[in-house]
Amino acid sequence: MSNSEPSVRPATRRCLATTSLAGCFGCHMALLDIDERLFELIERVDIDRSPLTDIKRCGRCDIGLVEGGICNAENVHVLREFRRQCKLLVAVGACAINGGLPAQRNHLDLGQCLQEVYLTGPGIVHGQVPDDPELPLPLDKVHPVHEVVRVDYFIPGCPPSGDALWKFITDLLDGRTPRLGHPLLHFD
Amino acid sequence: MTIVDTLEDGPTCDQDRLADLLQPVLARHGSDPLRLLQILRDVQDDLGYLPPAALTSIARAVGLPRARVEGVAGFYAFLHLVPAGRYRVLFSDNIIDRMLGSEELLDRLCNRLWIEPGKVSEDGLVSVDRTSCTGMGDQGPALLVNGRPLTRMSAERIDRLAELIRAQAPLEDWPAEYFAVEDNIRRRDVLLGTRWPAGEAIGAAIARGEEALLAEMSASNLRGRGGAGFTTHVKWESARRAPCREGSRARYVVCNADEGEPGTFKDRVLLTAHPDLLFDGMTVAALAIGACRGLVYLRGEYAYLLPELRATLEARRRSGLLGEAICGRPDFTFDIDIHLGAGAYVCGEETALLESLEGKRGVPRNRPPFPVSEGYLRQPTVVNNVETLCKAAVIAIRGGDWFAGLGTRQSTGSKLLSVSGDVDRPGIYEYPFGVPVNQVLKDCGASDAQAVQVSGPSGTCLARHEFSRRIAFEDVPTAGAIMVFAGHRDMFEVARNFAHFFAHESCGFCTPCRVGTALVARCMDKIANGHGSQYEINEIFRIHRLLHAASHCGLGQTACNALFDTLHKFRPAYERRLRSLDFEPGFDLDRALAAARQMTGRDDPAAHFEPTPAGGR
Repeated sequence: MSNSEPSVRPATRRCLATTSLAGCFGCHMALLDIDERLFELIERVDIDRSPLTDIKRCGRCDIGLVEGGICNAENVHVLREFRRQCKLLVAVGACAINGGLPAQRNHLDLGQCLQEVYLTGPGIVHGQVPDDPELPLPLDKVHPVHEVVRVDYFIPGCPPSGDALWKFITDLLDGRTPRLGHPLLHFD
Repeated sequence: MTIVDTLEDGPTCDQDRLADLLQPVLARHGSDPLRLLQILRDVQDDLGYLPPAALTSIARAVGLPRARVEGVAGFYAFLHLVPAGRYRVLFSDNIIDRMLGSEELLDRLCNRLWIEPGKVSEDGLVSVDRTSCTGMGDQGPALLVNGRPLTRMSAERIDRLAELIRAQAPLEDWPAEYFAVEDNIRRRDVLLGTRWPAGEAIGAAIARGEEALLAEMSASNLRGRGGAGFTTHVKWESARRAPCREGSRARYVVCNADEGEPGTFKDRVLLTAHPDLLFDGMTVAALAIGACRGLVYLRGEYAYLLPELRATLEARRRSGLLGEAICGRPDFTFDIDIHLGAGAYVCGEETALLESLEGKRGVPRNRPPFPVSEGYLRQPTVVNNVETLCKAAVIAIRGGDWFAGLGTRQSTGSKLLSVSGDVDRPGIYEYPFGVPVNQVLKDCGASDAQAVQVSGPSGTCLARHEFSRRIAFEDVPTAGAIMVFAGHRDMFEVARNFAHFFAHESCGFCTPCRVGTALVARCMDKIANGHGSQYEINEIFRIHRLLHAASHCGLGQTACNALFDTLHKFRPAYERRLRSLDFEPGFDLDRALAAARQMTGRDDPAAHFEPTPAGGR
């Protein structure tokens, strides 16, 4: 790599991590919709922790993409790991940004919910609320990502299209402030 | 059984009886849809609130869709679609009232009455809530009971108030001194220091003739006193030259007496002490632009001034200063009507005010066209502030050159300042433009000022090192409010009060303002609750830029001014509240697991978050 042309962007490889918290993996499916541009992507980035690599812990990264809101203790731990390890954290999709579909439970009382599902619902005999320490406890409310950690960027959409994700990621990689513009923010 | 009780029966309510009740109000206003807001106000005065059946009847009578009528009724804070209690107590919630102890008094009253703020008592007797500044900053803490202002509240007065309400004593029987509103004029200059006989300005204007009058206005270089500082004669000339719509010759003079900017009360004093000068000014403006009708838009908080103002108008009609052939000039016909607002700060914006005058929701219009070409009823209209019109009357008498000799080059004449806060002598001070802020502070007895908020929450916050700056359009412009904060005041709380004011008063029409002002208020609350971080500070700056660039009207554009200023000049007041310099959640994460812990009976380490998270750093 030569420094002879300071005006030219250095072609350093970047590191990317992704995760799906309280989401449906729809945003990750949308990422796959960039199709053959996946080859270009892996030319330019190493992919660390992600459902695509099945790597379980996140190392130091440049960009972290977070799909889904925060509905339980494990979500919080994963999110904090991403915030700690990623220089830029991006909330991807409606659930990460607003809580989305999982947040529909926010107007219900969690205790009553668990009681009805595991103890008093129709057809339940000798019910018990699961208490295995392996299971993460649910939070009383589902929160958008930015209410739990600082978030640097947001990509709206349910899900954002592959084109939108590609535009956003390449903007970040190329040093431009990401800007989707109207066609990529237009859903109907 | 009262009328309202029968109306609450809903579907079974006796439509005929309701019609009998509405009839006099509708007749008084000629069932005119342009007077819808006035009709709603009057009906509410009779019934206590606006029941659904009444809205239906009113809609039918004025010939508007019911949704339009409900839309208007739902827009204004002083109109109620559900019963709000026979005694409706509203505490003025400006920071100045708070500094005088309004929150403690509100709690005290609620305790005495066994009610929660914002909720009606179970017997439907009383409700206690907050409202935006009622324009009594020099004699607070102030409140409104059923629309009437009470000043200088104290613990003793609040206790007595609770007794009077519980005894259901009519307002007329309450101690008269509770309702006393003082003028508190502390410094008089050319306007306040002179006696201006009613009609003198009109006589002088007629003697000069329209062209010469406009020339005097031009020479005076009078600029609007409502805050924006637009040159008055340009407005008048434009309205005079603007073509009327086909088949009409109507032009209008509108007086903006919707003095909603917190901390401002100089128009109240002018309306009390110099109403004839104001009406002279409106009549002079009418002569200049060829208008035959004038409208005063009086803020709902000042409704108590209405009887006196109407009496003044009546006296002027009798003495030939209003009506036909004014001052003996046969071709000069002009009359003035007063419309009341109903608790909406945004109506101080001139196009929102025009919408409200037309009986609609107070949503600002697109500009251009400006009111001078398409104003009230889309006809050429001059909208001027109370003080501007008073000054115009004075100019008609004394001439433009005399006026231009006062003040500074770009800001001619004098300015009325409403001074309140940590000062020995709050009240009205009239100075020639160009007066340094520290002169004002010295005169009003503000020995320990650390900050001065000039021109209300939408204006400028000055710190000590700026007190040598001058009140003038070319330096520190102002609509008239000077709020003084002493060294022991917390400037963060001042800014937080302003943030909530704008979130409450956003008209909801444009998204940047509706959402942005709410987000800013939420950021400020998060910081106040000890969950704040640098992130919120960055957010406030980001939203400030967005609101400034993208809001539909001045409300959103100026909504973060005070935060922006205090963040620059009083940053430690914010920083000492921050929990970290990066980010903290706005809620307790560990407590968010409590319900699940209880249901599962778990208390293992994985069922908790560490108190101070390593993450988020």
